[in-house]
Amino acid sequence: MDYQEFLDSIDRKAYHEGEWRWQEGDLTVTRTNHWSPPGCHNGCGVLLSVDKDGKLVHIEGDPLAPFNGGKLCMRCLDMVEAVNHPDRLKYPLKRAGERGENKWERITWDEAYDIIVEKVNWIKETHGSHTIIFDHGTGRNIGWQLPLFASTALETPNVCNFGFTGFACYLPRMIGASAKMGEMTIIDVSETHEMRYAADTFRRPDVIMVWGNEPLKANADGFLGHWIVECMQMGSKIISIDPRLTWLGSRAEYFLQVRPGTDAALGIAMLNTIINEDLVDHDFIDKWGYGYEQLVESVQGKDADWAAEICGLDADDIRGAARLYATAESASIQWGLAFEQQLSALGVTAAACDLMGVTGNIDNPGGNLLIKCAFDIEKRYGLGDFKIPREEYAGKMTLSAGIESSDIVACAATDPLLHAVETGDPFQPQMLWIESANPLACSGMDAPRMYEAMNKIPFIVVADPFMTPTAVAHADIVLPVAMSCERNAVRTWWTPARSISKCTSYYEAKSDEQIILDLGKRLKPENWPWKDDKELSTWYLCDQYAEGGTRYEGDFEELQARGGYKYDPWDAEYYKYEKGMCRPDGQPGFDTATGRFEFWSWGYNHWGVDPMPYHIEPKDSPVSTPEKFKEYPFIATSGGRSCEFFHSEHRQLETMREFHPYPLVTIHPEAAAEYGIEDGDWVWIESTHGRCRQKAFLFPGIKKDTIHMEHAWWYPEEEAAEPSLFGVFDSNINNMTLNFETGQGGIGSGIKSFLARIYKYEPGDQMPGEKVTREGGWGDYIVGVMAGDAESAAQAAEGNAKLMKQLEDAKRVQAMKVEDADMQGRNALIYAKEHGEAAE
Amino acid sequence: MTKAILINYEYCTGCHSCEVACKKELDLPKGEFGIKVEEVGPFQFTTRPGLEGTWEWTYMPVITQACDLCADRTAEGKMPMCVQHCQAWCMYYGEAEDLVKKMDGKTRWSLITVKE
Repeated sequence: MDYQEFLDSIDRKAYHEGEWRWQEGDLTVTRTNHWSPPGCHNGCGVLLSVDKDGKLVHIEGDPLAPFNGGKLCMRCLDMVEAVNHPDRLKYPLKRAGERGENKWERITWDEAYDIIVEKVNWIKETHGSHTIIFDHGTGRNIGWQLPLFASTALETPNVCNFGFTGFACYLPRMIGASAKMGEMTIIDVSETHEMRYAADTFRRPDVIMVWGNEPLKANADGFLGHWIVECMQMGSKIISIDPRLTWLGSRAEYFLQVRPGTDAALGIAMLNTIINEDLVDHDFIDKWGYGYEQLVESVQGKDADWAAEICGLDADDIRGAARLYATAESASIQWGLAFEQQLSALGVTAAACDLMGVTGNIDNPGGNLLIKCAFDIEKRYGLGDFKIPREEYAGKMTLSAGIESSDIVACAATDPLLHAVETGDPFQPQMLWIESANPLACSGMDAPRMYEAMNKIPFIVVADPFMTPTAVAHADIVLPVAMSCERNAVRTWWTPARSISKCTSYYEAKSDEQIILDLGKRLKPENWPWKDDKELSTWYLCDQYAEGGTRYEGDFEELQARGGYKYDPWDAEYYKYEKGMCRPDGQPGFDTATGRFEFWSWGYNHWGVDPMPYHIEPKDSPVSTPEKFKEYPFIATSGGRSCEFFHSEHRQLETMREFHPYPLVTIHPEAAAEYGIEDGDWVWIESTHGRCRQKAFLFPGIKKDTIHMEHAWWYPEEEAAEPSLFGVFDSNINNMTLNFETGQGGIGSGIKSFLARIYKYEPGDQMPGEKVTREGGWGDYIVGVMAGDAESAAQAAEGNAKLMKQLEDAKRVQAMKVEDADMQGRNALIYAKEHGEAAE
Repeated sequence: MTKAILINYEYCTGCHSCEVACKKELDLPKGEFGIKVEEVGPFQFTTRPGLEGTWEWTYMPVITQACDLCADRTAEGKMPMCVQHCQAWCMYYGEAEDLVKKMDGKTRWSLITVKE
């Protein structure tokens, strides 16, 4: 792959360089970016063609957009089908029958807004705005818009991913990295440079350690996975750490097929090898490190042999991978979601950061970069939360935080909100707003429990482009949301800053921006001064209540006219910590409490989390519960991504289902043979908590004692009304996952490793939808008890010290919670250093 | 002068982008393709000297009779849809005699032409 040759080969006239909108015959073509709906984590440059009737008829990638170079994944290439899909919601709807009956009455937007405004104002007066729960998911362009709406229109601090225990998506890696190095980190594959691979200062990584994700399919966290393949063509070597063989793993120097949930032990052992074989970067450690001696001490005795036993690996492979990573001139760690879907979430995050630190692979070409969202536009989550009245902010549920003087994270915690719904303690939630989320299908752990709980919430609004199982089961009002090509919006996720231009519209669907503007002006006009979506977008780019503002200069129209993107030179700079670019005081160093890269982290210590990398054995495993393992002889992991789908989206699209018609449970062929299971058979996967049905996919790249299930499946082609709910429970792995089970600091969940058994489905077997909606589910939890399953609840009742302490801590933290919504990030860490006690 | 598509199939990841890009361009219904990615593996070699324990997992796009190498697009100076959207950056379009010069023995190449 010769990038310069590619640039030179493009016929720039044919692709209308310098224009953002033009005519090609009867078609109007717009150069813009796609970002949701449908969702993903990226925002690729696209060329959208709309016919004279205003219908989207063609999409292609924009070869002049450096972010994706014209490349698109199959989901974006199927955009015309998605946008014009007959199942899309065309009008606002009001529930006409009982919840779950799928009976609706078409209403106008004004009627919908009147109902919502009346209800919200009544709740504010009678119960307080904190009794409104706001639920949003990931991957749609709503990360700043919806918190702004929740904070400054609904005025609730209880914004979260409802049902998603332990903040188990990216957030642990973000806060862990921020605590240890003052910024977030991503691997350098040239994505910060407008000239990309041809940039003078860029050098491709010698080694990329791909750990706990399948980037070619996931494309997570603003990172296009195939950038790695481009670097491989330029010589990058791969280390793959994954319970499953992936395409990258099949080409790796080392494929470490780790037991799910034990990654932290592997990370600690690699540190042990690198430190004890003196492969570290002494210069970086001496000049920039803090607490290295404690790290050296903490990894002693935890060598490759120790980890090999825990992780199910060959000790020589662990040593070999560690040496390859440490001795490369530049090496990077592409980390992923598996980090936080294990109880050691912050422990494995610390281990990975320390691997970067001890080898000096920080902010170097081809290493791990210190990164901000372009022009510092997106500073923190929870935009506008300082405007929430203080007495309402005090009702923010943050049970999971192990911190007393500030919240570990900006969003509320789901577990205490679920507890509140179940018990009315400390208040009864009155309303749930769900936008860009589908908790029954995807993010709600213990989906049957979430189903029961949501039925206790008196008023529920769902906003989405499609009727979802969650909407059918629970919504009182459904609002039709516009898709990407139907909205004016801006976004940043790293760099560049990008705009999204409206090209068309679909019946009465409105964009997320338009909905929050309309309702914001009705609910709290003084907080919503913006004329329209473009003005709101400009404010986001340049202002955001800022003293100092962002570093962006320009406005929405200017960004659009530039072709929709602008790179931030700050992100493209290397060794920023040497140049005084990271700290607010302009001094060299990291933006941490000590100004250094913290091997021993003040932030971790302040949160009550072990400041050194730690490993916690999964709660449910061959090691923790060997007796149970005899009856449930598979380690069940889940959530590996597919090219065809983004979480629970895209299941309506015939083209995607042509490639991927059913959910697949991956089983080793020899294990399947033992159970008489053949490729394509419907199979039950069952834990002590519940069961679901997926189709057997026999695959030699998984260990014989491990199975992998797909997540977020529902069947838009099936009956919408209960008991089916589009079959949402039938293949749902969240029939088996648990709420209230978290790692240290309330961070991380155990959902990627639990024990299960498998057996063939027989015609006539009861389907889970009926079990859940008609018979109350499998009953393996106790309503109102803050424990995931009956066994944990029993242990708590018997005085299990650890669980009791967790509950006490939670209550204590709740009582002492911060009153200042801005008291986060750096300020919290400085406070930590001033007031904390080092647990040495 | 023969137009061709060159594929560095060592790096084809099986992402399906070429298949969908082509299906949409040619408006092909379910089950029909202008280009289709075929899969070999994964399996591990057991006896072949030098390859014992090595995984084989190879994808190879196969072009069908429906393909005209996006004649209308290329006439306007645009790339064929499959080449333009290949996420692995492993497809090239051009004159066969130029493309063949890239086949350097350092990776696995395949040069494909269609009936004119």
